[in-house]
Amino acid sequence: MVTKTAPVTRPPRRGWKSLLYNQKAAPYLFILPFILTLGVFWIAPLVQSFIMSTQEILYGDATFVATKNYEKMFRDRVFWQALFNSLRYMVCTLLILVPFPLLFAVLINSKIGSPRIKAFFKSAMFIPALTTVVVAGIVFRLMFSETETAMFNQIVEFLGFGPVKWLKGDMTGLLALLTVAAWRWAGVNTMYFLAGLQAIPSDYYEAASIDGAGPVRRFLHITLPNIKPTMVYVITISVYGGLAMFVESFILHAGNDSPMNYGLTIVGYLYRKGIEENDMGFASAVGVVLLVLVMVINLIQLTATGTFKKEDKR
Amino acid sequence: MTTVTDPGPTLEATSKKKLRSRVGGIVVTVFLLLIALISLIPFIAILIGTFQDGNAVIRNGMSFNIDWLALSFRNYVMLFTDSGLYFSWFANSMILTVVYVACTLLVSSFVAYGLAMYDFKGKTAAFIAVLLILTVPFEMLMLPLYNQVNKMDMDNTFTIVILPFLASAVTIFFFRQYLLGIPKDIIEAGRIDGVSEFGIFFRLIVPIAKPAYAAMAILNGMTCWNNFLWPLLVLRDANKFTLPIGLNTLLTPYGNNYELLIIGSFFSLIPILILFIAFQRFFVEGMTAGAVKG
Repeated sequence: MVTKTAPVTRPPRRGWKSLLYNQKAAPYLFILPFILTLGVFWIAPLVQSFIMSTQEILYGDATFVATKNYEKMFRDRVFWQALFNSLRYMVCTLLILVPFPLLFAVLINSKIGSPRIKAFFKSAMFIPALTTVVVAGIVFRLMFSETETAMFNQIVEFLGFGPVKWLKGDMTGLLALLTVAAWRWAGVNTMYFLAGLQAIPSDYYEAASIDGAGPVRRFLHITLPNIKPTMVYVITISVYGGLAMFVESFILHAGNDSPMNYGLTIVGYLYRKGIEENDMGFASAVGVVLLVLVMVINLIQLTATGTFKKEDKR
Repeated sequence: MTTVTDPGPTLEATSKKKLRSRVGGIVVTVFLLLIALISLIPFIAILIGTFQDGNAVIRNGMSFNIDWLALSFRNYVMLFTDSGLYFSWFANSMILTVVYVACTLLVSSFVAYGLAMYDFKGKTAAFIAVLLILTVPFEMLMLPLYNQVNKMDMDNTFTIVILPFLASAVTIFFFRQYLLGIPKDIIEAGRIDGVSEFGIFFRLIVPIAKPAYAAMAILNGMTCWNNFLWPLLVLRDANKFTLPIGLNTLLTPYGNNYELLIIGSFFSLIPILILFIAFQRFFVEGMTAGAVKG
């Protein structure tokens, strides 16, 4: 709340300088640069996107075609494949990047184990998030080479199987993408959960121990409910990151084309249509679908976790 | 009934419990150490790759078998004598990151300050606008922007690479949260002393909020340093490329400079690693900033 004390009177200023002293105008001046960038780089293109999605744009000439782009898109098998790939990737990243980081965070937060190793673990797991997707993609592309001598094939061979053409298969390609995601984000998510865990007052646990609750019940009845806000946030960013994934696939496959479109995501499809094939109207329709998808999933998830109810109370 | 005195845990039970937690401790330590080491493998692999023959690495992939005798400093000599535009890309990335961080911190902390410290008409609308940004995927906005940029002949300029990202929702949230914790008395005191509204911001608020600026500098610096898709679209000339775009061009099947791809990738990590070692706390704070209590 802003204090409602009487406005402080200051010696009057003249000219444009008085603006700097005007308490009524100041907030608008502070948010002005933001409003400008918001208008030019978010709102205008957002509106433009919806308009373009109803147009056919050839060499800069736009003609209104109503829902033709959407009809064409929904009939395109590749669109559904890209959508499926993105959704599948998103669900898999959630299954990896929520439970494992939570486990790591619980272990780090526990009293047992060497504190020095835990500090080392935090740094070692965090550093991958500092690499660019491009560098991470290049390294993993080389580790996932289809030759017998590449790391992942050496592991497979050690387990008694023949070399795998990782990036040429559907499930193996997905596995490679998930490996990159897990490698880059496990550490960051661990830090999120750790911050959430450390905010839980320790007397909650002590009280539960006195009541005879074992570690599993303490986890289910104290830890989980108390880190719900962290959980909601981590899931939200993972949903967005998963659906909008593109560069990982672009680098792993050294371009937007992967065998049988196994690595094609919804953003990859948008990029192919809009940039590579220069069909801006159609690509905008894909963009609208992406927006709707992100919105719907976030709404479902925020409603399901009761975040809105909490907002109402405040 | 006879009175029963609580015997307390027996000596045997305590030592059993102690032993169990000792074993648990060792298991946890070994488990975490193992995961941490696995997580470092790609770094070690690329470090070793910088000493190897690039074509062989591309052909055979990165391997656990290392021919130690074949390692050489040749790639390092090449990097510093004959690496073409590599250091231009490096410089471009650095300049863009520094300028972007300065601009976005100013814009974001401005709006956060306006939202946190003043009561004014349209405050809620401004806040909803921030929320809106959070949910719209940039990939969608990129198409009309790309069209516009081409029409206005603004492609191939550094300005257009950073401008669309000046309003960063997470950064605004973080600053707002931080500034809400600063007592308003400071502002009143400044006003009584005759400092202008902007003077109050720059001379009184910014120094207090330094830790927030540090964390956000890192978050936004990382975003800009790593940005790929938009610069890929708008940058045309090879001498204007940023590091990720430049490295990507080396990743073609017809490439003849795979040494540079590997050692260049490795070197692009170094500035960030140095900063990370120096400012680890701010890195963790900055990159996990999204989870601020709302």
